[in-house]
Amino acid sequence: MTGAVIASPYPVAPGLPFTDDSRYRRRRARSQAMAGLIAFAAFLGVSILWIILGYVTVKGAPALNLAFFTERPLPYGEVGGGIAPAITGSLMLLVVAAVLGVPIGIGAAIFLVEYGKGSIIEGVRFASDLVAGLPSIVVGVFVWAALVRNVIGNFSGLAGAVALAIIMVPIIIRTVEAVLNLVPHTLREAGLALGVPKWRVILGVVLPTARAGIVTGVVLSVARAGGETAPLLLTTLGNQFFNWDLGKPTGAIPIQLYNYAVAPYPDWHEKAWGAALVLILVVGVLSILTRVATRGSVR
Amino acid sequence: MATGPTTHPAMTALPPNARSGDAALTRAPGGVDGDRAFAGATLAAALAVPAILLAVFLLLAIDAEPALTRFGASFVTSSTWDNVKEQFGTLPYIYGTVVTSLLALVLATPVGLGAALFITEYAPRRLRTPVAFTIELLAAIPSIVFGLWGFFALTPVMRSTVEPFLKATIGPVPVVGALFQGPSLGKDLFTGGVILAIMILPTVVAISREVLLAVPTMQREGMLALGATKWEAISGAVLPYARAGIAGAAILGLARALGETMAVTMVIGNSSRKITGSLLTPGYTMASAIANQFNEADNELYFSAVVGVAAILLVVSALVNLFARVLIWSITRNAAQGARA
Repeated sequence: MTGAVIASPYPVAPGLPFTDDSRYRRRRARSQAMAGLIAFAAFLGVSILWIILGYVTVKGAPALNLAFFTERPLPYGEVGGGIAPAITGSLMLLVVAAVLGVPIGIGAAIFLVEYGKGSIIEGVRFASDLVAGLPSIVVGVFVWAALVRNVIGNFSGLAGAVALAIIMVPIIIRTVEAVLNLVPHTLREAGLALGVPKWRVILGVVLPTARAGIVTGVVLSVARAGGETAPLLLTTLGNQFFNWDLGKPTGAIPIQLYNYAVAPYPDWHEKAWGAALVLILVVGVLSILTRVATRGSVR
Repeated sequence: MATGPTTHPAMTALPPNARSGDAALTRAPGGVDGDRAFAGATLAAALAVPAILLAVFLLLAIDAEPALTRFGASFVTSSTWDNVKEQFGTLPYIYGTVVTSLLALVLATPVGLGAALFITEYAPRRLRTPVAFTIELLAAIPSIVFGLWGFFALTPVMRSTVEPFLKATIGPVPVVGALFQGPSLGKDLFTGGVILAIMILPTVVAISREVLLAVPTMQREGMLALGATKWEAISGAVLPYARAGIAGAAILGLARALGETMAVTMVIGNSSRKITGSLLTPGYTMASAIANQFNEADNELYFSAVVGVAAILLVVSALVNLFARVLIWSITRNAAQGARA
């Protein structure tokens, strides 16, 4: 847009100081050099993503086979073995975390947009921002001290799910609050004018209108929580075996990835790359799907 | 929108014979009582968030208290961390966190700002969204995957190529050269800073872009109309206007770097606890120290000291987060006022 403006602003008139030809050339060269540097910075940012994605794909693809998805990790030396207990564990943790976190996140967002006033809004939003900024390892330490130590008494899936829920809640609040604000007031007023109670207007009109955006927020929070490792190491610890008991240590893909990666065996390293590829595919597909699915709608 | 107000079941749930002024309406299908209950439920959900925050601060303070009262100021000034002798000083961890985070900031801010400028000022329209989206995707990659990549792909390159090169070129320079001394190990503070820089890049780009978009077009046009080149317009009019917000973007990136755990843990070495001036020494950050030692802390004082590290990390990252938000808020608020004026 502005390129044309600077391309021809200088009628060359030697003798006048502000149209000095060589000086203008110097300034133009400087401007072009900066444009080059800026384009290079963008290129760098974009290429880092592709380098990492390429690395994970090339290294991880050979590990993916049926056994990888269906078998449990085997002791070193035995052929085969996979990450199946970690997959089922991650699924269980995420479902429980969503059951705990989604009602709180959506409820808080509804409060912020539909009911809250003044300083309470500010306070809740402020707290939500700070919870979003909590280092994930600190969330792990907190859940360990609050649940694992005394209340539950041992490392457990439930504690891990609580930690993941704490990470999910502020993400859900932020996205859902934004999308509820986009729902036109006339829709609410139409409902209220018909005599529908406010809470039924919210449940029956506002939330369905904002559905796409709400789903986006929830899916993004699940994607984010699915890759968390540090808080899980302190709360569910990990498990090599299938486990459906929320009161016991549970495997998770990131924990299994970590255990495979830090072991000294090349075969396990390949499995770690495989687990990373699975993690990236799931997270990436979720991110892209929500983005495409909600393009153009209220979100 | 598919769901219009006229088609929704909530509307048909009204009594069909309801008239305006009908007293029954206020009590009809879940009227006042339902409203009160629903509002109460959302209030409870909203209050759960500050409650969680408060509980985190309280519980960490309680558990860190034995170590903090036992060691007092030496908890943050001593560099002896010995669980056999029960001496706990966290200075090396604080040092590791500060050095790696600042390094990440120094590396990521120019690249991130450059990428944001490319997206907002230079890129042709059809390139803008793909570039922004690609860099945003970097934020979706889990920390542990950065750790894996750093562990197997980045550290060998650092050890064999980048660190020897830096030692040969910057090493002999006075003052700055002190940062690049000693053997190239690959797993050290420098690599930790590099991986953090990559991880905070999307944060810096996203916020800088938002701030740059808030700069009024008049700023650019005024400068260009005076005969400035494109770069002069950016450096003379756009960047000064967006300065506070860009600083906020960088500091929000810093806040993210402070708390990163897995990726740093896998590339920082986790061995030496001696503080040296060189970036090429293995170290610990506060987060990696917690991750490595939490499940080993077998006596009360040791455990309390580890939680003490978490408490310091919590307070520092909360303060940095606050500061960043105030900076960003100040610029976007000005932009909103400018739009109204």
